[in-house]
Amino acid sequence: MLFRKIKEFFIEQLIFFSGIASIVFVLLIFFFLLKEGLGLFKTVGLWDFLSGQFWYPISDPPKFGILPLILGSLVVTLGAIVIAVPLGIAAAFYIAEVASPRVRDVLKSLIEILSAIPSVVLGFIGMMTLVPFIKWIFDLPTGLTALAGSLLLAFMALPTIISISEDSINAVPREYKEGAIALGATHWQTLYRVTIFGALPGIIAASMLGVGRVIGETMAVMMLTGNAAVIPQSLLEPVRTLTATIAAEMGETVKGSEHFYALFVIGIVLFVISFAINVTADVFLHKNRK
Amino acid sequence: MIILRDGLDKRTMHKIEIRNLNLFYGKFQALMDVSMNLKPNTITAMIGSSGCGKSTLLRCINRMNDLIEDVSVKGSVFIDGEDIYHTYVDLVKMRRKVGMVFQRPNPFPLSIFENVAFGLKIHHLAKGKALESRVEESLKAVLLWEELKDRLNASALDLSLEQKQRLCIARLIALKSEVLLMDEPCSALDPIATQRIEELMAELKKNYTIVIVTHNMQQAARVSQETGFMLLGELVEFGLTTDIFTHPRDKRTEDYITGRFG
Ligand SMILES: Nc1ncnc2c1ncn2[C@@H]1O[C@H](COP(=O)(O)OP(=O)(O)OP(=O)(O)O)[C@@H](O)[C@H]1O
Ligand SMILES: [Mg+2]
Repeated sequence: MLFRKIKEFFIEQLIFFSGIASIVFVLLIFFFLLKEGLGLFKTVGLWDFLSGQFWYPISDPPKFGILPLILGSLVVTLGAIVIAVPLGIAAAFYIAEVASPRVRDVLKSLIEILSAIPSVVLGFIGMMTLVPFIKWIFDLPTGLTALAGSLLLAFMALPTIISISEDSINAVPREYKEGAIALGATHWQTLYRVTIFGALPGIIAASMLGVGRVIGETMAVMMLTGNAAVIPQSLLEPVRTLTATIAAEMGETVKGSEHFYALFVIGIVLFVISFAINVTADVFLHKNRK
Repeated sequence: MIILRDGLDKRTMHKIEIRNLNLFYGKFQALMDVSMNLKPNTITAMIGSSGCGKSTLLRCINRMNDLIEDVSVKGSVFIDGEDIYHTYVDLVKMRRKVGMVFQRPNPFPLSIFENVAFGLKIHHLAKGKALESRVEESLKAVLLWEELKDRLNASALDLSLEQKQRLCIARLIALKSEVLLMDEPCSALDPIATQRIEELMAELKKNYTIVIVTHNMQQAARVSQETGFMLLGELVEFGLTTDIFTHPRDKRTEDYITGRFG
Protein backbone atom coordinates (compact mmCIF):
# COMPACT_ATOMS: atom_id res chain seq x y z
CA MET A 1 0.00 0.00 0.00
CA LEU A 2 2.64 2.44 1.10
CA PHE A 3 4.90 1.21 -1.65
CA ARG A 4 2.26 1.88 -4.25
CA LYS A 5 1.75 5.38 -2.94
CA ILE A 6 5.43 6.11 -3.12
CA LYS A 7 5.56 4.74 -6.64
CA GLU A 8 2.68 6.92 -7.73
CA PHE A 9 4.25 9.91 -6.09
CA PHE A 10 7.46 9.40 -8.05
CA ILE A 11 5.68 8.83 -11.33
CA GLU A 12 3.65 11.98 -10.85
CA GLN A 13 6.75 13.99 -10.03
CA LEU A 14 8.55 12.61 -13.04
CA ILE A 15 5.77 13.61 -15.40
CA PHE A 16 5.53 16.99 -13.73
CA PHE A 17 9.25 17.63 -14.16
CA SER A 18 9.26 16.55 -17.79
CA GLY A 19 6.52 19.09 -18.39
CA ILE A 20 8.36 21.80 -16.49
CA ALA A 21 11.64 20.93 -18.21
CA SER A 22 10.33 21.84 -21.66
CA ILE A 23 9.22 25.22 -20.36
CA VAL A 24 12.54 25.75 -18.60
CA PHE A 25 14.47 24.92 -21.76
CA VAL A 26 12.52 27.44 -23.80
CA LEU A 27 13.10 30.11 -21.18
CA LEU A 28 16.80 29.24 -20.94
CA ILE A 29 17.21 29.50 -24.68
CA PHE A 30 15.48 32.84 -24.69
CA PHE A 31 17.63 34.21 -21.84
CA PHE A 32 20.78 32.91 -23.46
CA LEU A 33 19.86 34.67 -26.69
CA LEU A 34 19.12 37.86 -24.78
CA LYS A 35 22.33 37.68 -22.79
CA GLU A 36 24.49 37.17 -25.83
CA GLY A 37 22.56 39.57 -28.03
CA LEU A 38 21.94 42.56 -25.82
CA GLY A 39 25.64 43.47 -25.85
CA LEU A 40 25.10 44.79 -29.36
CA PHE A 41 22.88 47.61 -28.21
CA LYS A 42 25.76 49.29 -26.43
CA THR A 43 26.94 50.43 -29.86
CA VAL A 44 23.97 50.05 -32.23
CA GLY A 45 20.42 51.32 -31.66
CA LEU A 46 17.52 48.85 -31.89
CA TRP A 47 15.73 50.89 -34.52
CA ASP A 48 18.87 51.33 -36.63
CA PHE A 49 19.40 47.60 -36.41
CA LEU A 50 15.90 46.71 -37.56
CA SER A 51 15.50 49.36 -40.24
CA GLY A 52 19.07 49.73 -41.45
CA GLN A 53 19.36 49.04 -45.14
CA PHE A 54 22.89 47.70 -45.18
CA TRP A 55 24.38 44.58 -43.71
CA TYR A 56 28.15 45.02 -43.91
CA PRO A 57 29.31 43.27 -40.77
CA ILE A 58 33.00 43.11 -41.63
CA SER A 59 33.61 46.39 -43.40
CA ASP A 60 35.11 49.28 -41.50
CA PRO A 61 33.11 50.79 -39.94
CA PRO A 62 30.65 47.84 -39.94
CA LYS A 63 26.97 48.35 -40.69
CA PHE A 64 24.38 46.20 -38.99
CA GLY A 65 21.06 46.82 -40.71
CA ILE A 66 18.91 43.71 -41.05
CA LEU A 67 16.05 45.15 -43.12
CA PRO A 68 17.32 43.39 -46.27
CA LEU A 69 17.52 40.12 -44.35
CA ILE A 70 14.00 40.50 -42.92
CA LEU A 71 12.64 41.33 -46.36
CA GLY A 72 14.62 38.46 -47.85
CA SER A 73 13.04 36.01 -45.42
CA LEU A 74 9.64 37.54 -46.01
CA VAL A 75 9.85 37.37 -49.80
CA VAL A 76 11.09 33.80 -49.86
CA THR A 77 8.51 32.61 -47.34
CA LEU A 78 5.59 34.46 -48.89
CA GLY A 79 6.60 33.13 -52.29
CA ALA A 80 6.62 29.62 -50.85
CA ILE A 81 3.17 30.11 -49.30
CA VAL A 82 1.67 31.47 -52.50
CA ILE A 83 2.98 28.48 -54.40
CA ALA A 84 2.52 25.69 -51.87
CA VAL A 85 -0.88 26.41 -50.33
CA PRO A 86 -3.07 26.41 -53.46
CA LEU A 87 -1.07 23.60 -55.01
CA GLY A 88 -1.21 21.53 -51.85
CA ILE A 89 -4.95 21.98 -51.40
CA ALA A 90 -5.63 21.17 -55.04
CA ALA A 91 -3.45 18.06 -54.84
CA ALA A 92 -5.22 16.98 -51.65
CA PHE A 93 -8.59 17.31 -53.37
CA TYR A 94 -7.32 15.39 -56.36
CA ILE A 95 -6.07 12.55 -54.21
CA ALA A 96 -9.11 12.44 -51.94
CA GLU A 97 -11.88 12.99 -54.44
CA VAL A 98 -10.81 12.42 -58.01
CA ALA A 99 -7.98 9.92 -58.30
CA SER A 100 -8.73 6.24 -58.74
CA PRO A 101 -7.71 4.04 -55.80
CA ARG A 102 -4.55 2.87 -57.58
CA VAL A 103 -3.38 6.34 -58.53
CA ARG A 104 -4.19 7.47 -55.00
CA ASP A 105 -1.97 4.80 -53.44
CA VAL A 106 0.93 5.60 -55.72
CA LEU A 107 0.66 9.34 -55.09
CA LYS A 108 0.44 8.91 -51.35
CA SER A 109 3.58 6.81 -51.20
CA LEU A 110 5.41 9.30 -53.42
CA ILE A 111 4.44 12.12 -51.10
CA GLU A 112 5.71 10.18 -48.12
CA ILE A 113 9.03 9.64 -49.87
CA LEU A 114 9.19 13.32 -50.69
CA SER A 115 8.76 14.27 -47.07
CA ALA A 116 11.56 11.93 -46.07
CA ILE A 117 14.23 13.58 -48.24
CA PRO A 118 16.69 15.62 -46.09
CA SER A 119 16.63 19.31 -46.89
CA VAL A 120 20.31 19.41 -47.85
CA VAL A 121 19.71 16.80 -50.51
CA LEU A 122 16.72 18.74 -51.81
CA GLY A 123 18.86 21.86 -51.83
CA PHE A 124 21.55 20.08 -53.78
CA ILE A 125 19.07 18.77 -56.34
CA GLY A 126 17.55 22.24 -56.57
CA MET A 127 20.97 23.72 -57.24
CA MET A 128 21.63 21.30 -60.07
CA THR A 129 18.22 21.59 -61.74
CA LEU A 130 16.05 24.45 -60.54
CA VAL A 131 18.74 27.14 -60.55
CA PRO A 132 19.95 26.65 -64.13
CA PHE A 133 16.34 26.30 -65.25
CA ILE A 134 15.35 29.64 -63.71
CA LYS A 135 18.44 31.29 -65.16
CA TRP A 136 17.57 29.98 -68.59
CA ILE A 137 13.83 30.60 -68.61
CA PHE A 138 13.99 34.20 -67.32
CA ASP A 139 17.28 34.92 -69.03
CA LEU A 140 18.97 36.07 -65.81
CA PRO A 141 22.66 36.52 -64.95
CA THR A 142 22.15 33.98 -62.17
CA GLY A 143 19.43 31.52 -61.23
CA LEU A 144 20.25 31.83 -57.54
CA THR A 145 17.19 33.88 -56.69
CA ALA A 146 14.38 34.32 -54.19
CA LEU A 147 12.19 32.40 -56.61
CA ALA A 148 14.46 29.36 -56.46
CA GLY A 149 14.27 29.45 -52.66
CA SER A 150 10.50 29.87 -52.70
CA LEU A 151 10.00 26.99 -55.08
CA LEU A 152 12.15 24.69 -53.03
CA LEU A 153 10.50 25.67 -49.76
CA ALA A 154 7.11 25.16 -51.38
CA PHE A 155 8.28 21.72 -52.37
CA MET A 156 9.22 21.00 -48.78
CA ALA A 157 5.93 22.29 -47.37
CA LEU A 158 3.80 20.34 -49.84
CA PRO A 159 3.86 16.88 -48.21
CA THR A 160 2.61 18.28 -44.90
CA ILE A 161 -0.09 20.39 -46.53
CA ILE A 162 -1.25 17.60 -48.82
CA SER A 163 -1.41 14.79 -46.33
CA ILE A 164 -3.11 16.73 -43.54
CA SER A 165 -5.57 18.40 -45.93
CA GLU A 166 -6.36 15.05 -47.48
CA ASP A 167 -7.11 13.56 -44.07
CA SER A 168 -9.48 16.36 -43.28
CA ILE A 169 -11.21 16.08 -46.65
CA ASN A 170 -11.71 12.37 -46.06
CA ALA A 171 -13.11 13.14 -42.63
CA VAL A 172 -15.90 15.27 -44.13
CA PRO A 173 -19.07 13.31 -43.40
CA ARG A 174 -20.41 11.38 -46.34
CA GLU A 175 -23.83 12.83 -45.62
CA TYR A 176 -22.73 16.28 -46.76
CA LYS A 177 -21.71 15.00 -50.14
CA GLU A 178 -24.81 12.85 -50.54
CA GLY A 179 -27.00 15.80 -49.61
CA ALA A 180 -25.40 17.95 -52.28
CA ILE A 181 -25.53 15.27 -54.97
CA ALA A 182 -29.17 14.57 -54.12
CA LEU A 183 -29.92 18.24 -54.76
CA GLY A 184 -28.51 17.86 -58.25
CA ALA A 185 -25.04 19.26 -57.57
CA THR A 186 -22.29 18.01 -59.83
CA HIS A 187 -19.20 16.39 -58.37
CA TRP A 188 -17.32 19.64 -58.87
CA GLN A 189 -20.01 21.81 -57.29
CA THR A 190 -20.14 19.45 -54.33
CA LEU A 191 -16.39 19.85 -53.93
CA TYR A 192 -16.13 23.59 -53.93
CA ARG A 193 -19.41 24.47 -52.31
CA VAL A 194 -19.71 21.85 -49.57
CA THR A 195 -16.73 19.56 -49.05
CA ILE A 196 -14.22 22.39 -48.86
CA PHE A 197 -16.19 24.06 -46.06
CA GLY A 198 -16.43 20.83 -44.15
CA ALA A 199 -12.68 20.41 -44.41
CA LEU A 200 -11.73 24.06 -43.88
CA PRO A 201 -10.42 23.96 -40.30
CA GLY A 202 -8.18 21.04 -41.21
CA ILE A 203 -6.99 22.70 -44.38
CA ILE A 204 -6.04 25.87 -42.52
CA ALA A 205 -4.18 23.88 -39.90
CA ALA A 206 -2.42 21.95 -42.66
CA SER A 207 -1.30 25.15 -44.37
CA MET A 208 -0.01 26.63 -41.13
CA LEU A 209 1.90 23.47 -40.25
CA GLY A 210 3.34 23.33 -43.75
CA VAL A 211 4.48 26.92 -43.56
CA GLY A 212 5.77 26.41 -40.04
CA ARG A 213 7.83 23.53 -41.34
CA VAL A 214 9.72 25.74 -43.83
CA ILE A 215 9.86 29.07 -42.07
CA GLY A 216 12.94 28.15 -40.07
CA GLU A 217 14.48 26.19 -42.92
CA THR A 218 18.08 27.17 -43.49
CA MET A 219 20.24 24.84 -45.52
CA ALA A 220 18.26 24.57 -48.72
CA VAL A 221 17.56 28.29 -48.77
CA MET A 222 21.17 29.15 -48.20
CA MET A 223 22.16 26.98 -51.14
CA LEU A 224 19.64 28.44 -53.58
CA THR A 225 18.97 32.10 -52.89
CA GLY A 226 22.31 33.58 -53.83
CA ASN A 227 22.95 35.14 -50.41
CA ALA A 228 23.09 38.77 -51.43
CA ALA A 229 22.13 40.97 -48.50
CA VAL A 230 20.33 43.60 -50.52
CA ILE A 231 16.74 44.74 -50.36
CA PRO A 232 14.90 42.56 -52.90
CA GLN A 233 12.98 44.33 -55.67
CA SER A 234 11.52 41.15 -57.19
CA LEU A 235 11.45 37.40 -56.86
CA LEU A 236 14.06 37.15 -59.57
CA GLU A 237 16.91 38.64 -57.56
CA PRO A 238 19.32 37.03 -55.15
CA VAL A 239 18.31 37.53 -51.52
CA ARG A 240 19.56 36.49 -48.14
CA THR A 241 17.40 35.30 -45.28
CA LEU A 242 17.78 35.71 -41.53
CA THR A 243 18.48 32.03 -40.97
CA ALA A 244 21.01 31.80 -43.77
CA THR A 245 22.89 34.76 -42.36
CA ILE A 246 23.35 33.14 -38.99
CA ALA A 247 24.38 29.83 -40.50
CA ALA A 248 26.82 31.37 -42.94
CA GLU A 249 28.53 33.83 -40.63
CA MET A 250 28.54 32.22 -37.20
CA GLY A 251 31.68 30.26 -37.97
CA GLU A 252 33.69 33.33 -38.92
CA THR A 253 32.96 35.71 -36.08
CA VAL A 254 35.04 36.34 -33.03
CA LYS A 255 33.20 35.45 -29.84
CA GLY A 256 32.20 38.67 -28.04
CA SER A 257 32.57 40.90 -31.10
CA GLU A 258 29.87 43.24 -32.34
CA HIS A 259 29.23 40.94 -35.27
CA PHE A 260 28.81 37.98 -32.91
CA TYR A 261 26.24 39.88 -30.86
CA ALA A 262 24.42 40.97 -33.99
CA LEU A 263 23.93 37.35 -35.09
CA PHE A 264 22.37 36.59 -31.73
CA VAL A 265 19.98 39.49 -32.08
CA ILE A 266 18.97 38.06 -35.44
CA GLY A 267 18.21 34.89 -33.51
CA ILE A 268 15.97 36.87 -31.16
CA VAL A 269 14.15 38.43 -34.12
CA LEU A 270 13.54 34.97 -35.58
CA PHE A 271 12.35 33.75 -32.21
CA VAL A 272 9.86 36.61 -31.92
CA ILE A 273 8.61 36.13 -35.49
CA SER A 274 7.92 32.41 -35.15
CA PHE A 275 6.40 32.95 -31.72
CA ALA A 276 4.01 35.51 -33.23
CA ILE A 277 3.09 33.15 -36.07
CA ASN A 278 2.39 30.27 -33.70
CA VAL A 279 0.23 32.41 -31.44
CA THR A 280 -1.74 33.70 -34.43
CA ALA A 281 -2.25 30.19 -35.74
CA ASP A 282 -3.39 29.03 -32.34
CA VAL A 283 -5.88 31.84 -31.91
CA PHE A 284 -7.21 31.17 -35.38
CA LEU A 285 -7.59 27.44 -34.92
CA HIS A 286 -9.38 27.90 -31.62
CA LYS A 287 -11.76 30.38 -33.16
CA ASN A 288 -12.40 27.93 -35.93
CA ARG A 289 -13.15 25.07 -33.60
CA LYS A 290 -15.96 26.96 -31.87
CA MET B 1 -34.31 14.20 -74.13
CA ILE B 2 -37.54 12.67 -72.95
CA ILE B 3 -38.26 8.99 -73.41
CA LEU B 4 -41.95 8.56 -72.88
CA ARG B 5 -43.44 5.17 -72.40
CA ASP B 6 -45.15 4.21 -75.58
CA GLY B 7 -48.92 4.45 -75.79
CA LEU B 8 -49.29 6.10 -72.44
CA ASP B 9 -51.83 8.84 -71.92
CA LYS B 10 -50.35 11.76 -70.00
CA ARG B 11 -53.41 12.20 -67.76
CA THR B 12 -53.50 8.69 -66.36
CA MET B 13 -49.74 8.63 -65.88
CA HIS B 14 -48.42 7.83 -62.45
CA LYS B 15 -45.90 10.18 -60.95
CA ILE B 16 -43.45 7.37 -60.39
CA GLU B 17 -43.58 4.01 -62.06
CA ILE B 18 -41.13 1.32 -61.04
CA ARG B 19 -40.99 -1.61 -63.41
CA ASN B 20 -39.19 -4.91 -62.88
CA LEU B 21 -36.43 -3.32 -60.91
CA ASN B 22 -33.52 -5.55 -59.90
CA LEU B 23 -30.48 -4.27 -58.08
CA PHE B 24 -27.23 -6.02 -57.31
CA TYR B 25 -24.50 -4.99 -54.88
CA GLY B 26 -21.75 -6.96 -56.58
CA LYS B 27 -23.21 -10.47 -56.66
CA PHE B 28 -25.72 -9.85 -53.88
CA GLN B 29 -29.22 -9.16 -55.16
CA ALA B 30 -30.87 -6.53 -52.96
CA LEU B 31 -34.00 -5.89 -55.02
CA MET B 32 -35.98 -8.64 -56.76
CA ASP B 33 -38.14 -7.61 -59.63
CA VAL B 34 -39.89 -4.77 -57.84
CA SER B 35 -42.79 -3.10 -59.67
CA MET B 36 -45.03 -0.41 -58.24
CA ASN B 37 -46.87 2.75 -59.27
CA LEU B 38 -46.88 5.81 -57.07
CA LYS B 39 -49.61 8.40 -57.34
CA PRO B 40 -49.01 12.14 -57.28
CA ASN B 41 -49.98 14.07 -54.14
CA THR B 42 -49.87 10.90 -52.12
CA ILE B 43 -47.72 9.72 -49.27
CA THR B 44 -46.49 6.20 -49.84
CA ALA B 45 -44.91 4.38 -46.92
CA MET B 46 -42.37 1.57 -47.33
CA ILE B 47 -42.19 -0.83 -44.43
CA GLY B 48 -40.28 -4.04 -43.77
CA SER B 49 -37.64 -5.43 -41.48
CA SER B 50 -34.08 -4.17 -41.39
CA GLY B 51 -32.05 -5.01 -44.48
CA CYS B 52 -35.01 -5.85 -46.69
CA GLY B 53 -34.04 -3.20 -49.23
CA LYS B 54 -36.24 -0.20 -48.41
CA SER B 55 -33.42 2.31 -48.55
CA THR B 56 -32.02 0.66 -51.63
CA LEU B 57 -35.34 1.01 -53.40
CA LEU B 58 -35.70 4.62 -52.34
CA ARG B 59 -32.21 5.42 -53.56
CA CYS B 60 -33.10 3.95 -56.93
CA ILE B 61 -35.71 6.64 -57.44
CA ASN B 62 -33.11 9.42 -57.60
CA ARG B 63 -30.22 7.20 -58.65
CA MET B 64 -28.22 7.78 -55.50
CA ASN B 65 -27.01 4.22 -55.82
CA ASP B 66 -24.84 5.45 -58.65
CA LEU B 67 -22.45 6.73 -55.99
CA ILE B 68 -21.78 3.25 -54.68
CA GLU B 69 -19.15 1.22 -56.46
CA ASP B 70 -20.06 -2.08 -58.05
CA VAL B 71 -23.83 -1.60 -58.20
CA SER B 72 -25.80 -2.78 -61.17
CA VAL B 73 -29.44 -2.02 -61.86
CA LYS B 74 -31.82 -3.73 -64.26
CA GLY B 75 -35.31 -2.50 -64.99
CA SER B 76 -36.76 0.97 -65.18
CA VAL B 77 -38.02 3.80 -63.06
CA PHE B 78 -40.27 6.25 -64.86
CA ILE B 79 -40.80 9.68 -63.40
CA ASP B 80 -43.51 11.61 -65.23
CA GLY B 81 -43.18 8.95 -67.88
CA GLU B 82 -39.46 9.42 -68.37
CA ASP B 83 -37.13 6.51 -67.69
CA ILE B 84 -34.42 7.84 -65.40
CA TYR B 85 -32.25 4.82 -66.09
CA HIS B 86 -32.08 5.65 -69.77
CA THR B 87 -28.57 6.47 -70.96
CA TYR B 88 -29.34 10.01 -72.01
CA VAL B 89 -31.07 11.14 -68.86
CA ASP B 90 -29.90 14.41 -67.34
CA LEU B 91 -29.19 13.37 -63.75
CA VAL B 92 -28.82 16.94 -62.55
CA LYS B 93 -32.25 17.89 -63.84
CA MET B 94 -33.79 14.70 -62.52
CA ARG B 95 -32.43 15.24 -59.02
CA ARG B 96 -33.76 18.76 -59.03
CA LYS B 97 -37.19 17.23 -59.41
CA VAL B 98 -36.69 14.31 -57.05
CA GLY B 99 -35.42 15.47 -53.68
CA MET B 100 -34.22 13.33 -50.81
CA VAL B 101 -34.38 13.71 -47.04
CA PHE B 102 -31.91 11.56 -45.14
CA GLN B 103 -32.13 9.59 -41.94
CA ARG B 104 -29.58 11.74 -40.15
CA PRO B 105 -30.35 15.41 -40.83
CA ASN B 106 -27.49 16.59 -43.03
CA PRO B 107 -27.43 20.36 -43.37
CA PHE B 108 -24.25 21.60 -45.06
CA PRO B 109 -21.54 23.25 -42.96
CA LEU B 110 -22.78 26.62 -44.22
CA SER B 111 -25.13 29.28 -42.90
CA ILE B 112 -28.86 28.68 -42.62
CA PHE B 113 -29.46 30.96 -45.57
CA GLU B 114 -26.82 29.31 -47.73
CA ASN B 115 -28.30 25.90 -47.01
CA VAL B 116 -31.69 26.86 -48.35
CA ALA B 117 -30.21 28.86 -51.21
CA PHE B 118 -27.87 26.01 -52.19
CA GLY B 119 -30.07 24.34 -54.78
CA LEU B 120 -31.13 27.65 -56.31
CA LYS B 121 -27.54 28.74 -56.63
CA ILE B 122 -26.11 25.60 -58.17
CA HIS B 123 -28.90 25.50 -60.72
CA HIS B 124 -28.73 29.26 -61.32
CA LEU B 125 -32.44 29.66 -60.64
CA ALA B 126 -32.48 32.84 -58.60
CA LYS B 127 -30.29 35.73 -57.53
CA GLY B 128 -30.42 38.74 -55.22
CA LYS B 129 -33.92 39.71 -54.09
CA ALA B 130 -35.58 36.78 -55.82
CA LEU B 131 -33.23 34.41 -54.05
CA GLU B 132 -33.95 35.99 -50.69
CA SER B 133 -37.68 35.74 -51.12
CA ARG B 134 -37.47 32.10 -52.24
CA VAL B 135 -35.44 31.32 -49.12
CA GLU B 136 -38.02 33.10 -46.98
CA GLU B 137 -40.90 31.25 -48.64
CA SER B 138 -39.20 27.90 -48.16
CA LEU B 139 -38.43 28.51 -44.50
CA LYS B 140 -42.03 29.59 -43.98
CA ALA B 141 -43.26 26.41 -45.61
CA VAL B 142 -41.38 24.32 -43.04
CA LEU B 143 -42.37 26.67 -40.20
CA LEU B 144 -38.82 27.77 -39.44
CA TRP B 145 -39.04 31.36 -40.57
CA GLU B 146 -40.30 32.90 -37.34
CA GLU B 147 -37.65 31.11 -35.26
CA LEU B 148 -34.72 31.74 -37.53
CA LYS B 149 -35.32 34.92 -39.49
CA ASP B 150 -33.00 36.91 -37.25
CA ARG B 151 -30.08 34.55 -37.56
CA LEU B 152 -30.03 33.44 -41.15
CA ASN B 153 -26.27 33.86 -41.21
CA ALA B 154 -25.66 31.58 -38.26
CA SER B 155 -24.23 28.14 -38.94
CA ALA B 156 -26.82 25.49 -39.70
CA LEU B 157 -24.81 23.03 -37.66
CA ASP B 158 -25.88 24.70 -34.40
CA LEU B 159 -29.59 24.03 -34.92
CA SER B 160 -31.54 21.38 -33.04
CA LEU B 161 -32.05 18.04 -34.78
CA GLU B 162 -35.64 18.85 -35.61
CA GLN B 163 -34.72 22.26 -36.99
CA LYS B 164 -31.97 20.63 -39.06
CA GLN B 165 -34.40 18.13 -40.55
CA ARG B 166 -36.86 20.91 -41.35
CA LEU B 167 -34.04 22.87 -42.94
CA CYS B 168 -33.20 19.88 -45.11
CA ILE B 169 -36.81 19.78 -46.25
CA ALA B 170 -36.71 23.54 -46.90
CA ARG B 171 -33.72 22.97 -49.20
CA LEU B 172 -35.94 20.83 -51.40
CA ILE B 173 -38.92 23.15 -51.25
CA ALA B 174 -36.75 26.04 -52.41
CA LEU B 175 -35.93 24.00 -55.49
CA LYS B 176 -39.60 23.28 -56.07
CA SER B 177 -38.89 19.58 -56.14
CA GLU B 178 -41.89 17.47 -57.07
CA VAL B 179 -41.02 14.24 -55.35
CA LEU B 180 -39.75 13.92 -51.78
CA LEU B 181 -37.95 10.72 -50.88
CA MET B 182 -37.65 10.41 -47.11
CA ASP B 183 -35.53 7.68 -45.57
CA GLU B 184 -36.58 7.35 -41.93
CA PRO B 185 -36.72 11.14 -41.59
CA CYS B 186 -37.85 11.00 -37.95
CA SER B 187 -35.66 8.28 -36.53
CA ALA B 188 -33.26 10.81 -35.01
CA LEU B 189 -36.08 12.91 -33.53
CA ASP B 190 -38.07 12.81 -30.28
CA PRO B 191 -41.82 12.04 -30.35
CA ILE B 192 -42.93 15.67 -30.32
CA ALA B 193 -40.58 16.65 -33.14
CA THR B 194 -41.70 13.53 -35.00
CA GLN B 195 -45.32 14.54 -34.70
CA ARG B 196 -44.56 18.01 -36.02
CA ILE B 197 -42.65 16.64 -39.01
CA GLU B 198 -45.60 14.35 -39.72
CA GLU B 199 -47.92 17.36 -39.68
CA LEU B 200 -45.58 19.08 -42.08
CA MET B 201 -45.67 16.07 -44.40
CA ALA B 202 -49.45 16.09 -44.42
CA GLU B 203 -49.28 19.74 -45.43
CA LEU B 204 -46.66 19.12 -48.12
CA LYS B 205 -48.69 16.30 -49.62
CA LYS B 206 -50.85 18.88 -51.38
CA ASN B 207 -47.99 19.78 -53.67
CA TYR B 208 -45.62 16.84 -53.57
CA THR B 209 -45.43 13.14 -54.14
CA ILE B 210 -43.88 11.71 -51.00
CA VAL B 211 -42.28 8.33 -50.38
CA ILE B 212 -41.30 7.60 -46.80
CA VAL B 213 -39.33 4.66 -45.45
CA THR B 214 -40.17 3.98 -41.84
CA HIS B 215 -39.65 1.37 -39.15
CA ASN B 216 -42.52 2.78 -37.19
CA MET B 217 -45.73 1.03 -38.16
CA GLN B 218 -47.91 3.60 -36.39
CA GLN B 219 -46.20 6.30 -38.39
CA ALA B 220 -46.89 4.49 -41.65
CA ALA B 221 -50.53 4.08 -40.66
CA ARG B 222 -50.82 7.71 -39.58
CA VAL B 223 -49.21 9.54 -42.46
CA SER B 224 -49.57 7.43 -45.57
CA GLN B 225 -52.33 6.67 -48.01
CA GLU B 226 -50.52 3.77 -49.64
CA THR B 227 -48.12 1.27 -48.16
CA GLY B 228 -45.67 -1.22 -49.57
CA PHE B 229 -44.32 -4.12 -47.52
CA MET B 230 -40.93 -5.52 -48.45
CA LEU B 231 -39.20 -8.72 -47.43
CA LEU B 232 -35.71 -9.80 -48.48
CA GLY B 233 -35.62 -7.53 -51.50
CA GLU B 234 -39.08 -8.43 -52.69
CA LEU B 235 -42.15 -6.20 -52.70
CA VAL B 236 -44.60 -8.56 -51.04
CA GLU B 237 -47.65 -6.38 -50.97
CA PHE B 238 -48.57 -2.91 -52.07
CA GLY B 239 -51.89 -1.13 -51.73
CA LEU B 240 -54.02 1.25 -49.74
CA THR B 241 -52.65 1.75 -46.24
CA THR B 242 -56.02 0.97 -44.67
CA ASP B 243 -56.14 -2.35 -46.51
CA ILE B 244 -52.60 -3.35 -45.64
CA PHE B 245 -53.13 -2.69 -41.96
CA THR B 246 -56.67 -4.07 -41.61
CA HIS B 247 -56.83 -7.02 -43.98
CA PRO B 248 -53.54 -7.77 -45.67
CA ARG B 249 -53.76 -10.23 -48.52
CA ASP B 250 -50.43 -11.92 -47.93
CA LYS B 251 -49.72 -14.08 -44.90
CA ARG B 252 -46.20 -12.60 -44.59
CA THR B 253 -47.53 -9.05 -44.42
CA GLU B 254 -49.94 -10.08 -41.73
CA ASP B 255 -47.18 -11.73 -39.72
CA TYR B 256 -45.08 -8.60 -39.96
CA ILE B 257 -47.68 -6.04 -38.99
CA THR B 258 -48.99 -8.14 -36.15
CA GLY B 259 -45.42 -8.33 -34.93
CA ARG B 260 -44.82 -12.04 -35.39
CA PHE B 261 -41.44 -11.44 -37.02
CA GLY B 262 -39.22 -8.65 -38.25
N1 LIG C 1 -23.32 -0.39 -50.25
C1 LIG C 1 -23.73 -1.66 -50.08
N2 LIG C 1 -22.93 -2.68 -50.48
C2 LIG C 1 -23.31 -3.96 -50.31
N3 LIG C 1 -24.48 -4.33 -49.76
C3 LIG C 1 -25.33 -3.37 -49.36
C4 LIG C 1 -24.99 -1.99 -49.49
N4 LIG C 1 -26.01 -1.26 -48.99
C5 LIG C 1 -26.93 -2.15 -48.57
N5 LIG C 1 -26.54 -3.41 -48.79
C6 LIG C 1 -27.30 -4.63 -48.48
O1 LIG C 1 -28.51 -4.58 -49.18
C7 LIG C 1 -29.58 -5.03 -48.37
C8 LIG C 1 -30.64 -3.96 -48.29
O2 LIG C 1 -30.11 -2.84 -47.62
P1 LIG C 1 -30.97 -1.55 -47.32
O3 LIG C 1 -30.08 -0.55 -46.70
O4 LIG C 1 -31.68 -1.16 -48.55
O5 LIG C 1 -32.00 -2.11 -46.25
P2 LIG C 1 -33.10 -1.33 -45.44
O6 LIG C 1 -34.39 -2.02 -45.67
O7 LIG C 1 -33.04 0.13 -45.72
O8 LIG C 1 -32.63 -1.59 -43.95
P3 LIG C 1 -32.73 -0.64 -42.70
O9 LIG C 1 -34.14 -0.72 -42.25
O10 LIG C 1 -31.79 -1.26 -41.71
O11 LIG C 1 -32.32 0.72 -43.12
C9 LIG C 1 -28.98 -5.38 -47.01
O12 LIG C 1 -28.80 -6.76 -46.96
C10 LIG C 1 -27.66 -4.68 -47.01
O13 LIG C 1 -26.72 -5.42 -46.29
MG1 LIG D 1 -32.46 1.89 -44.58
